[in-house]
Amino acid sequence: MKLNKTLLAFAIGAVLLTACTDDEKDASLTDGSQNATSGINDASTNGIGNSTGINGLGLSGNGDYASSLGPEFNDPNSPLSKRTIYFMLDSSEVMPDFIPVINAHAQYLVANPSQKITLEGNTDERGAPEYNIALGEQRAKSVAGMMKIQGVSESQVNIVSYGEEKPAAFGNDESAWEKNRRTEIVYLPK
Amino acid sequence: MIFIRTILLIVVLGFNIQNSFAELNIEITKGIESATPLAIVPFGSDSAPVDVSGVVNADLERSGYFKMLDEQAMPNQPSTASAINFKEWQGLGQNYMVIGQVLSTGPGQYSVQFQLFDVYKSSQILGYKMSSSSADLRKAAHYISDLIFEKLTGKKGVFGGRIAYVTSNVQRVHQVQVADADGYNPQTIASSIEPLMSPAWSPDGKKLAYVSFERKAAAIYIQTLSSGERVKVAEFPGINGAPSWSPDGTRLALTLSKDGSPDIYVLNLSSRGLTKLSKSMAIDTEPSWSPDGNSVVFTSNRGGNPQIYIVSSQGGQEKRLTFSGSYNASASFSPDGRNLVMVQGNGNNYSIAVMDMGSHAVNAITSGPNDESPSFAPNGSMILYASKKGRVGFLSAVSLDGRMQQKLVLNSGEVRDPSWAP
Repeated sequence: MKLNKTLLAFAIGAVLLTACTDDEKDASLTDGSQNATSGINDASTNGIGNSTGINGLGLSGNGDYASSLGPEFNDPNSPLSKRTIYFMLDSSEVMPDFIPVINAHAQYLVANPSQKITLEGNTDERGAPEYNIALGEQRAKSVAGMMKIQGVSESQVNIVSYGEEKPAAFGNDESAWEKNRRTEIVYLPK
Repeated sequence: MIFIRTILLIVVLGFNIQNSFAELNIEITKGIESATPLAIVPFGSDSAPVDVSGVVNADLERSGYFKMLDEQAMPNQPSTASAINFKEWQGLGQNYMVIGQVLSTGPGQYSVQFQLFDVYKSSQILGYKMSSSSADLRKAAHYISDLIFEKLTGKKGVFGGRIAYVTSNVQRVHQVQVADADGYNPQTIASSIEPLMSPAWSPDGKKLAYVSFERKAAAIYIQTLSSGERVKVAEFPGINGAPSWSPDGTRLALTLSKDGSPDIYVLNLSSRGLTKLSKSMAIDTEPSWSPDGNSVVFTSNRGGNPQIYIVSSQGGQEKRLTFSGSYNASASFSPDGRNLVMVQGNGNNYSIAVMDMGSHAVNAITSGPNDESPSFAPNGSMILYASKKGRVGFLSAVSLDGRMQQKLVLNSGEVRDPSWAP
């Protein structure tokens, strides 16, 4: 679809004071033909067969898969039922409360070496989005590092950081922010 | 009877344009008190589907440089020079006035002309006539705004420019969009239910680089706007982020964490060769080139919190640039290289600040509390950035001196990561 026909600018009578070069005309008036969106729409729909990302709560689409692994994944008294590790502001250090949770998942993964997980690092909304991608990755790597010390194999753990892009809670206050500074342990279907 | 039908058609068209294209609305939140009085007299028009003088009026008003005369306050609406009684307009305190005509020259074709007058000297200082298809009338109007703005301020106008940004809605559909600088004509460039981030214009304005998580891991794509064709240029393990074009368009600076910590790399777009620019064990990200292509600024937390550093684009010693405050990030240069805009965090408040590259003095130009992703307009006089209030994310533009501010609000959902086309 061609929207633009070049606009021709020329002086009115003899009173014109400013001249306009051909280059200026072209730059100002003839670009802007970005009407094609088809290329990417197709590509992205192909790329996203399953819809995990859509619900942003701690238990995302793949969380349902974890709950099918065994009753301990749904038992509130079992650390395996907890699959979100929270962090302090601008920190990727694991807080002591979450060490038993990480250890329990590590032990499960050592006992089930064909089971793979993705650790999804996240941050709150404050600050720079790309810096937050880096911070989210550090949070995921902190958890991965502890799991590897327990004997979990490198090939079992995939890491992705979404930074501030996938908040678990919306809001501009500490109660929302603390829910968003997290690493989610997502079990992948075998 | 025919006359009435023509009027109806104009009304219907006008209504459609408002509703189908105006997805971003602009509000002026802070204007300059000493703005210059300027009257844009509604253009004489027989059947134009676009209110050309209305678009010009809105453009110049939101620049913050002018105090526009309300249509109701005009004594009459001349559309030719001979019909102007300059004394009347002098009496209204107007420094400048613009008249014009939009006349049909054939099916879907118009002739647009305007004249700018110095009211006190009673003389014309600018005049143009141009032909336009009906589809290009808005573009013609922005071009007129650019001409008037440059004539009266000495600065290049940016009304004919375009912006890119990322939207997301409650269903968490993310889209990279490109629109006119006034928010009209939004075009969807990419759409995904996984996050899309950091659209970056190629220096010729023909391509966008952006980050997509559509395959559940980060990758950087370059997409040609006219054809929709896109190429994946980075999909390494870990972070593939923060693309920034070199001023000559041959290289992309980006962030990769394939070797451990996130570092700054330069990707040669023809050879696909990678050069590592930063080497710390800490976070290094958000590269941005100096306009001469010799340096790259970036954010690093190697000193314990995020600060701005600079390194030669050939590699070499990395020097820290910011020393005040505990959070400085997202830096980029003004087109003349004399200023660096950045996000400055202070407790729970994140605002936009500008560093003078000569004196290294830093001044906050917005008040926060949640401002991010600043990007200079190509004329260097305005900075576009993203803000958040509650669940609403919107774009704002602020003048370099902080005196003029305007807000672009998406009708639904969130809009962020803005970038002004070169």
